Formats: sequence, structure tokens, C-alpha cells
Amino acid sequence: MKKSIHVTLKVWRQASGGDKGRFETYPLKDISTDMSFLEMLDVLNEALTHSGKEPIAFDHDCREGICGMCGAVVNGRPHGPEKGTTLCQLHMRHFSDGDVLVIEPWRSRAFPVIKDLVVDRGALDQIIIAGGYISVNTGSAPEANSIPVPQGAADKAMDAAACIGCGACVAACPNGSAMLFAAAKVSHLALLPQGRPEAARRAIRMVEKMDGLGFGNCSNITECEAECPKEISIAHIARLNREFFRAQLASDEK
Amino acid sequence: MELNAKIPEGPLPEKWDRHRFELKLVSPANKRKFDIIVVGTGLAGGSASAALAELGYNVKTFCIQDSPRRAHSIAAQGGINAAKNYTNEGDSIWRLFYDTIKGGDFRSREGNVYRLAQISNAIIDQCVAQGVPFAREYGGLLANRSFGGAQVSRTFYARGQTGQQLLLGAYSAMMRQVAAGRVRLFPRREMLDLVVIDGRARGIVTRNLLTGAMETHSAHAVVLATGGYGNVYFLSTNAMSSNVTAAYRCYKRGACFANPCFTQIHPTCIPVHGTYQSKLTLMSESLRNDGRVWVPVKAGDKRRPEEIPEAERDYYLERRYPSFGNLVPRDVASRAAKAQCDAGKGVGETGLAVYLDFRDAIRRDGRAVIEKKYGNLFQMYEKITGEDPYKTPMMIYPAVHYTMGGLWVDYNLMSTLDGLFVLGEANFSDHGANRLGASALMQGLADGYFIIPYTIGGYFAGTPLETVDGTHPAFGEAIESSRKRIDTLLAVDGRRTVDDFHRELGRIMWDYCGMSRNNEGLEKAKGMIRALRAEFRENVRVPGENETFNQSLERAGRVADFLEFAELMVTDALARQESCGGHFNEAYQTPDHEALRDDAHFCHVAAWEYQGEDREPVLHKEPLVFENVTLAQRSYK
Ligand code: FES
Repeated sequence: MKKSIHVTLKVWRQASGGDKGRFETYPLKDISTDMSFLEMLDVLNEALTHSGKEPIAFDHDCREGICGMCGAVVNGRPHGPEKGTTLCQLHMRHFSDGDVLVIEPWRSRAFPVIKDLVVDRGALDQIIIAGGYISVNTGSAPEANSIPVPQGAADKAMDAAACIGCGACVAACPNGSAMLFAAAKVSHLALLPQGRPEAARRAIRMVEKMDGLGFGNCSNITECEAECPKEISIAHIARLNREFFRAQLASDEK
Repeated sequence: MELNAKIPEGPLPEKWDRHRFELKLVSPANKRKFDIIVVGTGLAGGSASAALAELGYNVKTFCIQDSPRRAHSIAAQGGINAAKNYTNEGDSIWRLFYDTIKGGDFRSREGNVYRLAQISNAIIDQCVAQGVPFAREYGGLLANRSFGGAQVSRTFYARGQTGQQLLLGAYSAMMRQVAAGRVRLFPRREMLDLVVIDGRARGIVTRNLLTGAMETHSAHAVVLATGGYGNVYFLSTNAMSSNVTAAYRCYKRGACFANPCFTQIHPTCIPVHGTYQSKLTLMSESLRNDGRVWVPVKAGDKRRPEEIPEAERDYYLERRYPSFGNLVPRDVASRAAKAQCDAGKGVGETGLAVYLDFRDAIRRDGRAVIEKKYGNLFQMYEKITGEDPYKTPMMIYPAVHYTMGGLWVDYNLMSTLDGLFVLGEANFSDHGANRLGASALMQGLADGYFIIPYTIGGYFAGTPLETVDGTHPAFGEAIESSRKRIDTLLAVDGRRTVDDFHRELGRIMWDYCGMSRNNEGLEKAKGMIRALRAEFRENVRVPGENETFNQSLERAGRVADFLEFAELMVTDALARQESCGGHFNEAYQTPDHEALRDDAHFCHVAAWEYQGEDREPVLHKEPLVFENVTLAQRSYK
């Protein structure tokens, strides 16, 4: 394997939400293939700073694929070409010498651009505020083992709970729907006995909130599942739909 | 200044009960008259915000990220300890207490640690009720695994993402309070100063990271939960935005900083591989349950690991510590790895790595079992290194991971400044000179869910607090000095970037104030830090301006504080002329090269008080009193 490569970056630059924005081209030489994608951007930013230009703004924090802070569209794909990988965990060994990489922010009506590759994902927090929790006050919990949870249910709940809230599902969806994000939370909690009492109300509130925030509808395109860095399954969307319709038919929560 | 830890009287098991009874209460109707600022939304800040709001207080919560769910607690992998004794191995509150005190090399308070162990069980109950999907046995009951420094399985876990799941639990509890109107959230804010009025913490100054606007917020008390300062080393397992600024500002406003030299170097991290590297990645300690650590017997052996026969491998932890084996505490495992590499037995391209090998576990249990336990960690390893740990041993090396030091707090978690409470990694209180695995999550949640809700009430009920708001001159002064610091940084327009300085500072700290320290090196480091700080002030280049989203400026402010704080760490390390836990001074070691404490002279907490720019801080000592355990040389043989 070649240890270092040359690549050309075409990066979206936008000074602020009000600015129109445009692509800028940056040739990069001798990029070690052991570098992560974000480290490659660090290298470019150091060079920009030295030459008196403004570095590229991009969100990131843990750089180990768990905080959900990073994300950009690379050659048309959220978090880049590798399956099940956040941008911070993507390494340059997956690219070839001479590649041209087009890097853009998440594009979605619900995620306005703040600067360059940084967007406002506050809408995702709003969906959680609408009902993504179990109502239990501190101190009032029963003994932990008094609520047995079948191993299979715990495993499935964990699969859903692995969502990192990065917003790639929304960016991937042609409709800009946040269905996979909401479904992961509804499903995680609905699968556990602790979460059942509020399951109906939770599903209704979160779906209604989502509709009011500028996210599009889900029309089963399944791009979200394909691009999710945590490989969250669209089976959770089916579960959310079941919870939602059951709630609409049978419960007094409306 | 007299440090009073306010440890309640009475036998250890009764102290917390007695204290809770003696604390004055704020009546439910009066709670809504009190405003509380919480800075940070990790396990400590998130759980505190939720619990305080549930009680009826008005809470304003601040975080540096775009969403409170991204705080660095999210990256904790392995698990959380509790003394449930579900495994029937003889665990108890006493044993968890004892393991933690001993693991910390007898440099923490009995009263605090015992309370932590007492609370541990309620934390698990709370988290399960919130829907944290802990691992289960087939029968549906909770599963446990082992961690370093313990001979019982008491660690609860959610795959390799325990921190994430606990944090999302605390986050959702807090978001429920946002929905109820009891918590107001301020994301993308950085705390730049603490506002002290009449000797009491009454507010903060924040910078809005989107607009650069300086904002003031007043309250009746400030709760700081801003994590640790491991990023002073540049390379660490901490998230990129983890920093010391908020805590350091409080120190400069009069809060004492305790044991800053106590840092934890975690033994199982992915080794450094290039100069452009921005951070290090931890591989959970839980891997040491099944992985065996080894190096070649012969120095300089360059064969592939598979080609090295059994007889030519040295499983040095199992050899040196037969009873704990691969599960010795972190400080011991890290130093042992360094010793092997120093002796030329390190592996990999750089020679700065040892093997962590799953071959035997896979043979014994089958690949499926190992995959179920550690699948996501193996995957992460492969992503970063491009090697498959199912086929070839992992390579690991120690890296900076956690800081036991922090702002000094009393038993109520209040700092030396009235009204400033400090929780989680940001305080110094429970881990002594070395933290045991799976104890950080426990402490963060204990502080937030189960301690601060009571002790802050005691403070409010016993303290007359006048009304203040942002118009008080102290706020104006704090804004003014924050703005001046920023203007100064932007005005330098030098030739070196912020990262360049940060990397150099990290090198100095790693070389001279890292895993192994000596007086000569520490003295040298002090000079080097001063010189680097002086150069930073004259030669740093910070592009852009204040009034925009400016990540270079954010980093510049943090590195400026690290450049001052690093000297405090070195000063503390020089003052502590003994070895204990993660602080290893080469002059003080046993014949087998273990840390040698000096209980006659250093059985104390070192709390440093700021004296002003370019003046040596003053050291206050809080003696540690052990009435229930006997101080012993730690032995894991
Ligand atoms: S930076 Fe945290 S997931 Fe990428």
C-alpha cells in the first residue's frame, strides 16, 4: 500500500448563514494514508493559517466515532464512502493518489449552515425534548434487578440506542426526514418494559414535533440506513410506525 | 486559609446519613426562588441539571458543544462499578470502598470514598429505570464484568459504549426538565470567567461561540462540571474541546486547585503513529479481562507476533503480578509497559507498543463470544490501524486519559469559594493518586444525581444571599478582562499556529511530567514552559476575529490557559517528594520499581492558592486521616 498520496479538495466555504457560499479548491500533497480525514483537514488548516487565510470551520470533538459532532458530505455521501464509519473514523487509506474530494456540509432545510461545514442541528434536540425519555425522577427507581429484561430485547434496544445523533440520516434522505433518528429513540425505549407506559404518548409527541421542525416525510427510500455510521436499521422505523398507529387508534393520548 | 473538609463525625457507614439529616432543607415552595448555573453537560453536569430541576430549582445549563449529548463522558467505554454483589463473590460497599482507596494509593478521603460506594447501587437502579440498556444475562437480569484493581466482577456495562448510554440517560432526564421549563439550555457557550461578589460565586461570563458575544449570567450558586485537563498533554484520549479554562478561571478567582500533578496514563491505547496525529484512542480496559499482554523475551526481536513461539514471549504482567495478572491497576500496567519498551522490547514500527493478544481467549471461548463482548472495540481498532485484531494481536501503549487532580472541594462538593460547587472529573475528591477503571462514571453520576441536590440545599438554607444581577460592577469587570484577553490574542499576529504551541507544550509535559518524573526534569520543564509561554504571547497567530464563529480563537484561549496551568502541575509534582499512584518520582521506588509513598510527610491533599501573575502559588495541606483502613504498600502480586 502506498504510504502517502496527493489529493485535491473542493471544499464548501460559506462565511455565515447569510453568505451565498462557494467551492474553493485546495491541492494537498503527501498526505499519509494513516491520517484520519479530519487530521487531513487539520493539515490543510495549519497551512491556511500560515498563509494568512481563514481555516475551514468544521465540527468535531471526540474523534472516535461516538459523540456525533463531526460530519460532512464527501463526494455526495454523508461521512464519506466507508460503510458504518463517521467522518472522524474515516482514514485516508481508503482514498487513492490523485483523488478529487468534494466536501460539503449537511444539506437539509432543518439544518441551516452556520459556517463552512458547520450546521445547526438543534432540531434534533427539539425532537428529544418532545418526549425522548422515560419519566422517572431521581431517587424513585426500584431495585435494578426487579425489572428483568429479556436479553434479546436488551440487545435490540441497545442497537437502537447506539444512535449518535449526528444527523447523517437527515442529510442522506432526499426528503430531509429525521425518521430514523426519531425511530431509534422511540424503539430503544419501547423495547424495554420501563419504557412501555409512555410508549404511545412518546411516539405521538416526537412525530408531531418532527413534522413542525422542517423535516420532510419518510417515503421509505432507505438512504438513511445506508449512510448511518452506526448502521441503525430501518426496522426501527417500522416499529415507530406501529407504535404511532397503535397510539392513534387505541390510546387517549392525542 | 484553613482548609476544612467538613467530613461529618461518626462511624464511616453513618456519616452520609447523619450529614443528610443535619443539612438544612429548602422548602419545596422556596426552591423556585433559587437560580443555579450548571456548566458542562457530561455525566456530572447533566445529572445535576436534571436532579436539581426535578427538585424545583431554576437551572441554567451551559455546554461547549452544539448539543449537551456530546459531552466527553460519551466516550467512556467499559463500564460503571457498583457494590450490588449480584455475582455472589463477596462484594460489598466496604470492599468497593477499600478497593477504591487502595487503588488511589491512599491519597483520597475515607469519608468521600465510602459515600461513593454507598451511592453506587442507587445509580444503577436509577439508570435502569431511565432505560439504559445494560448488558443482561439470558434470564433477563443484569450482567457484570471485571475491571482492573478488583478481584470481583462489579462492573455494569452496555457493550463498549457504557458512557454513551449513561450520558444519554442523564441527557434525556435533563431534556425532560427542559420540556418542563425548569432547565434553560445554552449550547455552544464557553465559560470564560467566574463572577465573585462578597466572596461568593454569583455568576459567570460566557462567550457565545457562534457570534463571539460576551454574555453574563447571574445565579445563587455555580456548579462547575467541566471535566479534566488531560489535553494539557496535547495528545490524550480526551475530546478535542476538553480543556482547563473554566476550572483555571475559578482558580484565578480564588478557588484552590488540588493535586494537579495526579494524572492518569491509561495502559491500553492505540500507539502514536505520526506527527500530524491529533488525538489518541483508548481501547477499553475491559479488554484486559480476556486479552493477554506480552512482549518478546529478546530485546529487538523484529519477527511478526505470530512467528514468536510461546517460550519466547514474556507475559510480564502475569509473571510479575500472579494474583491480579493482566488486571492490575492502570498506573501499574502503564509503568510496566513503559519499562518493557525502555528495555528495548517494545514492538511495532516505533518500538513504543506492547501486544494485547486475544488468541487464547478466542481458542477457549470461540470467536463469537469474543465478538459479542468486544465487537465494537475490535472494529474501532481495525478502522484506525488497518489491522484485524481477531487475527493478529493488538498493539497498545499508555496514553493520558484522566486527571485525578481538580478544584479542591469539601464533603459538600463546595470549593474554597462559597457558592462554587465542583462535580465529576473537575474536582479532585474521590480517586486519590490513581482512579480505578469504571469509577469515573460512578463518581460523575453520584455527584450529580445524589450529592449536589442535598448539599446545595444546605448551602442555600444556611447562607443569606442578596439579589444580584448582571448590572453589578463585578460582571462588568469580568467581561472587560475576558474581552481584553481575547483582543490580546488576536493582536499578536505572530508566525506560529496555536496547535504548534500546544503540541510543543504537550511534548514537554509528556517527557518531564508524564508517566515517570524526576526532580531535574521537572525543574527543566518549568523553565521550558515559561519560555514557551513567553513566546506564545509574542509569536502566536490567531486568524479571524472575535465576532464570528472562530475555532482558532477558541483553541488559542484554551492553550493560553494550559500554558499557565502546566506550570502549576509541575510545581505540584516538585512539591510532592514521594511516589504515589500515577505520580511516579524516580527517586522514590521500591526495589521492584513500584511507587514508594512517604506517608510520614505526604499523606495530604496539596491545595494550591493563586497569588497573582508571575507569583508562586501558596500551598495549603489538608491532612488525610485514615481511621478505618491501614495504610499499606499497595501489592497486586
Ligand atoms: S468527532 Fe465525535 S463522532 Fe466524529
